[in-house]
Amino acid sequence: MSRKILFITTDQQRYDTLGANGGILSRTPVLDRLASEGIRYERAQPTSVVCMPSRSSMLTGQFPSTHGAWMNGVPLAIDAPSVAETLHDAGYATALIGKAHFEPFMDPFGLYAENALANLGIPTIEQDWFDGRRGVHRGFDYLEFATHGVMGALHYAKWIRDEHPDAMRGFYQVVDADFNVNAAGGGDTHAPQVKYNPVPREWYHTDWVADRTIRWLEEQEADRDWFCWMSFPDPHHPWDPPKSEIGRVPWRDVPLPQNYPQSANERESLLDQKARHWRAWYDGRFVSNYEAPAKWVPASMTADQVREVNALNAVEVELIDEAIGRVLASIDRKGWGDDVDVIFTSDHGELQGDFGLLFKGPYHVDGLMRLPLIWRPARSSEPAPSVVHAPVSLVSLAATFLEIAGEPAPTWVEGAALPIDDDDAKRRSFEATFTEWDSSIFGVDVHVRTVVTDDYLYTEYQPGSVHDGSEGELYVLGEDPLQRVNRFDDPAMAAVRSTLADRLVAHVRRPGERATPGVLMAPV
Amino acid sequence: MASLRHERRIAADADTVWNVVRRPESIPQWFPGIVSCTVEGNLRVITTAAGLEIPEEILSNDDVTRHFAYRITAPQYSFHLGVIDVIEIAANDSLCVYTTTALPDTLALLIAGGTMGALAEIQRLAEVSRAAS
Repeated sequence: MSRKILFITTDQQRYDTLGANGGILSRTPVLDRLASEGIRYERAQPTSVVCMPSRSSMLTGQFPSTHGAWMNGVPLAIDAPSVAETLHDAGYATALIGKAHFEPFMDPFGLYAENALANLGIPTIEQDWFDGRRGVHRGFDYLEFATHGVMGALHYAKWIRDEHPDAMRGFYQVVDADFNVNAAGGGDTHAPQVKYNPVPREWYHTDWVADRTIRWLEEQEADRDWFCWMSFPDPHHPWDPPKSEIGRVPWRDVPLPQNYPQSANERESLLDQKARHWRAWYDGRFVSNYEAPAKWVPASMTADQVREVNALNAVEVELIDEAIGRVLASIDRKGWGDDVDVIFTSDHGELQGDFGLLFKGPYHVDGLMRLPLIWRPARSSEPAPSVVHAPVSLVSLAATFLEIAGEPAPTWVEGAALPIDDDDAKRRSFEATFTEWDSSIFGVDVHVRTVVTDDYLYTEYQPGSVHDGSEGELYVLGEDPLQRVNRFDDPAMAAVRSTLADRLVAHVRRPGERATPGVLMAPV
Repeated sequence: MASLRHERRIAADADTVWNVVRRPESIPQWFPGIVSCTVEGNLRVITTAAGLEIPEEILSNDDVTRHFAYRITAPQYSFHLGVIDVIEIAANDSLCVYTTTALPDTLALLIAGGTMGALAEIQRLAEVSRAAS
């Protein structure tokens, strides 16, 4: 028997939302305890700041420019490599419960298995695998899906529709009549994508994901190894947690985020230092993708709206923490408490008021790129608690799962297993991480590459419909942790910039076979 | 309004390619995700694998210019125009172009996403037909 793996992801959760990371709004005792017993990563970066490319990197261990799902709405090839397939081959029972999103949600022609399984009533489906064999869908024996609401064809939506149809209208309507991300406001402040949801807590998707995970775990044989990806859709917008819970964090008591400039002049001055699309989005002149309401203008956001969004986000984070606690208790009841590795992270962050902005997009700063990451190795492995300060990437997750399972990393994996402490990170040269952005929709074409090191965050904007290739951002993380002072054009930083630019070139030229880039099939 | 064009070079005569698409009732055979349809006069209703029933009006079906045009009449669409053109390049060499124009923009993207699979299937069927002839 090897070590079992509980992989927990959330969606769009910032680093600073956990108590273990210094967060003050949410109480997260379960995750804080995992962090204190295991390894907490101070600078974990995604390969992409949107869901589908980032999640595909978790599964494949590859950057988006390798696995080919380069933008939301571009499906990951059905025969892309999958760490779940390798674990399945190693004898692991494999499950993914909650949000997958390797395939588009909007699927009018019913082309994707993720949208078909709930109606088919089967736990998985046979598909082509990377190595030419056929096997269970992306390596998972069991799949049960949820996303941010109750629309669509996924299992949670079907469950609500079948079991609690009256609860459906309580959720925020994610998409408007024009099939755009809804800009309608709610709550006390009329903030976008906010609604007070009368749904009972036990019917909300956070508890549903935990309930379904517990049920699957209880069905597993005691001596069978398993890999369970428990994937919460929250705290991604809409911010519509159960109304019964919102008193946990009264929004009027919430301090404004440290990186929220309170005057319009200050906001505009900071944005004007960055590449041109930052200010254009703020002013409502630019929409690059489907990640924020097209009809919402960030400049219109009030301080109270920022407070309310942060409050509801914090409520959702608390509900997730409690749900994880229930799952861990069920694992203890099964007698597996010492044999399970728990890894917790999120696919990307959320601007949440930083620079006067909300949601996400081609904005490579800590709000979107610095993620919570905790690895609590199985207690039977007698882990030494540590904090890793070196930059690490979620591209390392697949190799980490395989290392836990005692399996060699296949040649297709681009990231090495996560370091267990800073000495390990130094020994294995964890010096830089890379984040990619590519989007091309309705004539708006944006391409961004970023490298993060111990000391710097450096971004280049490649030529597209918005940028001409001359713009970039360079932040000195030690003296400018909020990334407010862009040193890209500072002559004193020329040597640093050159070194970092070389790192980006090396990333582009890294060896390895690339998949044919996928085709944009839907907005999300 | 968004307008999206996809195209496919096909190793078959233009007439062979056109024969794949010219009959309105043939669409379930070459458009992945359309499982059935009914045709009455110039009205067609397609049913997708996702269970959607989408009504359409056929605007043009021209054997001479190998041009097929239709519009979705479902109320979610403020506007839709779908056009398939088969263009002769040489013997056993054609270009099939599938254009989707729609409002709201998002719906154009969703339909156009499906047309890429349709073009691949049109190519497969045309090249099989050519090989068999």
